[in-house]
Amino acid sequence: MSELIRAEDLSVRFKARGGATARAVDGVELTVRKGEIVALVGESGCGKTSLARSLLGLVQPAQGVIRFEGEPLPTTAKGLKAYRRQAQLVLQDPTGALNPRHSVYEAVAEGLRIHKVPGDERELVADALSRAGLRPPERYFLAFPHELSGGQRQRVVIAGALALQPKLLIADEPVASLDASVRGEILALLLKLRQDLDLAALVVTHDLGLAWNIADRVAVMYLGRLVEVGPVEEVLTAPKHPYTQALLSVLSETPEEPLAGSSISTGPIVLSGEPPDPTRIPSGCRFHPRCPLVAAGLPEEMERRCRTEDVPILSGGQDTQVACHVAAARQPTS
Amino acid sequence: MSALLELRDLTIDYRSRRGLVPAVRGVNLTLEAGQTLGMAGESGCGKSTLAMSVLRLLPKTAVIGGEVLLDGEDVRTMSWGRLRAVRWAGASVVFQGAMHALNPVLRVGDQLAEPITLHGGAGAKSSSPADVERAVGELLERVGLPRRHAKAYPHELSGGQKQRVMIAMALACGPRLVIADEPTTALDVMVQAQVLKLLAELVSESGIGLMMISHDLSVLAQTCQRLAVMYAGRMVELGPSAQVMHEPAHPYSKALAAAFPTVGDPASRMAPQGLPGDPPDPTNLPGGCPFHPRCPVSTVECESTDVLLRQADPGHQAACIRIEEVAGEPV
Ligand SMILES: Nc1ncnc2c1ncn2[C@@H]1O[C@H](COP(=O)(O)OP(=O)(O)OP(=O)(O)O)[C@@H](O)[C@H]1O
Ligand SMILES: Nc1ncnc2c1ncn2[C@@H]1O[C@H](COP(=O)(O)OP(=O)(O)OP(=O)(O)O)[C@@H](O)[C@H]1O
Ligand code: SF4
Ligand code: SF4
Ligand SMILES: [Mg+2]
Ligand SMILES: [Mg+2]
Repeated sequence: MSELIRAEDLSVRFKARGGATARAVDGVELTVRKGEIVALVGESGCGKTSLARSLLGLVQPAQGVIRFEGEPLPTTAKGLKAYRRQAQLVLQDPTGALNPRHSVYEAVAEGLRIHKVPGDERELVADALSRAGLRPPERYFLAFPHELSGGQRQRVVIAGALALQPKLLIADEPVASLDASVRGEILALLLKLRQDLDLAALVVTHDLGLAWNIADRVAVMYLGRLVEVGPVEEVLTAPKHPYTQALLSVLSETPEEPLAGSSISTGPIVLSGEPPDPTRIPSGCRFHPRCPLVAAGLPEEMERRCRTEDVPILSGGQDTQVACHVAAARQPTS
Repeated sequence: MSALLELRDLTIDYRSRRGLVPAVRGVNLTLEAGQTLGMAGESGCGKSTLAMSVLRLLPKTAVIGGEVLLDGEDVRTMSWGRLRAVRWAGASVVFQGAMHALNPVLRVGDQLAEPITLHGGAGAKSSSPADVERAVGELLERVGLPRRHAKAYPHELSGGQKQRVMIAMALACGPRLVIADEPTTALDVMVQAQVLKLLAELVSESGIGLMMISHDLSVLAQTCQRLAVMYAGRMVELGPSAQVMHEPAHPYSKALAAAFPTVGDPASRMAPQGLPGDPPDPTNLPGGCPFHPRCPVSTVECESTDVLLRQADPGHQAACIRIEEVAGEPV
């Protein structure tokens, strides 16, 4: 698998209330290869959507470069329009993404018209609908969004993206608004598209079960940075970063069970406090004010590093990587 | 002694332009003080309708049959005065999407003060402003928020904080039963864990009864002793959480449990599980077992037999004629 999209030292900043600067994305390196499904997880406000939008060229990075197939993203309006045909966005709420007055046919054909895709429009629409699991496609042509179930609507949105034959889907919480029974079907569809079309996907979610269900790799984000990246099997069954460990611990319904591969066996680690503020990123390791290891007491020298020394930025490559002084000290090789 | 909450043959139909919409079709249920019960099922199966009926909060178009007993007293025939008292001090509801229902122009503390002033409670000695203010502060602390948040407007709080305020509101007058409708949907994992932990602590500290509604079985299993699964207005399974989650006796519960994978379980790795077919239309329910058009193990008999709850294990029931075979295999 070769590299499809790569973010290099990417930062996204917003002007927040009172003139402060919110460092929503604050130095991220991440690669998605052709045909690969990467899950981007982390709590609300950690910068997932900002990162996803910058990958699509929808927000201008304050710093860093995004390369698609090796080339930096175009900066002209025309260049960006061409790029967005290859990298498509699927949003959480299918109802909001569809125009209630447009039929399913029009919803899917719109993108084809905007990008002046050559070929028989009817055939292209039908093909995209049936790939998205709406079969026979003709039956849905004249239906309006309110006549469809939530899952069917999300399929229409996905069909609209597929019609343009993209190489990358960026899906922001694609199943969060769908019912349990529909969720699995949409996720299975993403897996099938990867298999049939070698479609890569970056799936933004705070659902770790979703990552387990479909992703090859997972990137865990905390306050604008990636804190742990690696193959799903490794990161989700033997998490090394205290934040990832906490996220996973609150999922288990049997609190007594220790997490495989971790030193923690004391039940769910419910981090107190709200997601931290990107206008005031703590010094040292940005997780230190909430870190359970610091709270439990670390050797003096290590605690000093946690409080004052920033953790090096992960390269976002294929091997498992952890942004934590303690984890790094345990594994001097990584 | 009568149970804290008892539903007897509860039926609820909505009158609408499409005719009668049967939303709840014969539910029997008991909840004792200190017990926790989770209600699961997909969108439209009747969870919120059932919850609202407990406090007679349904719209006028709703036609209710059967009995809703709070401490043995039928909610359906209570006088308005009695009902108002019961709504705060007897039982209270944290509504679905309620965090959006906070009044945007009123400070959080003032919104919490209102029921305390009107109905007493939250340990307020009197309805004097100083006593009420102290009670509001204690209430906020009880749900893990600093007292100073009393001065905040809703838009200054995060989703998780607003949801805590809603829980504080429900607790204001010391109810004995709390019904929480999707209390953590739309919150992220860590905040969800905080809210669930809070609810669990409230139950164990004050012995209230808790009925929690969610479409996510795993969320319910974390907090509740028993789980009920609803499909098309009926309860199709009821039993201890761990059993319903890991050894479901009804094919629908099985599909629901499989939809939320256990991280680390090799069986669900790269294998998302869905349930084909559309959710049932309450105005046009199939005959026989209502799940039969989507059931992977249905037989000809299922198309004509109206299946009621039957025992799977002691304390564990399911409405399926193939209960033995289904219950035999784990998820
Ligand atoms: N347009 C904007 N102006 C100012 N601040 C913004 C803007 N967009 C995002 N932010 C801030 O940047 C941070 C990251 O937001 P982002 O939407 O990327 O988070 P997220 O991880 O997608 O969260 P969620 O899970 O809630 O969707 C937040 O603190 C948010 O308040
Ligand atoms: N006021 C109403 N008039 C007519 N039908 C209604 C009304 N309220 C609800 N219904 C119908 O009753 C059924 C049950 O609705 P209810 O809101 O109880 O479902 P729910 O299980 O809470 O779903 P969700 O998970 O989406 O909240 C649905 O088919 C719904 O369309
Ligand atoms: S570097 Fe220190 S504070 Fe940061 S996650 Fe590791 S142990 Fe915690
Ligand atoms: S009664 Fe028949 S159709 Fe209904 S759940 Fe059981 S096997 Fe399936
Ligand atoms: Mg987001
Ligand atoms: Mg509801």
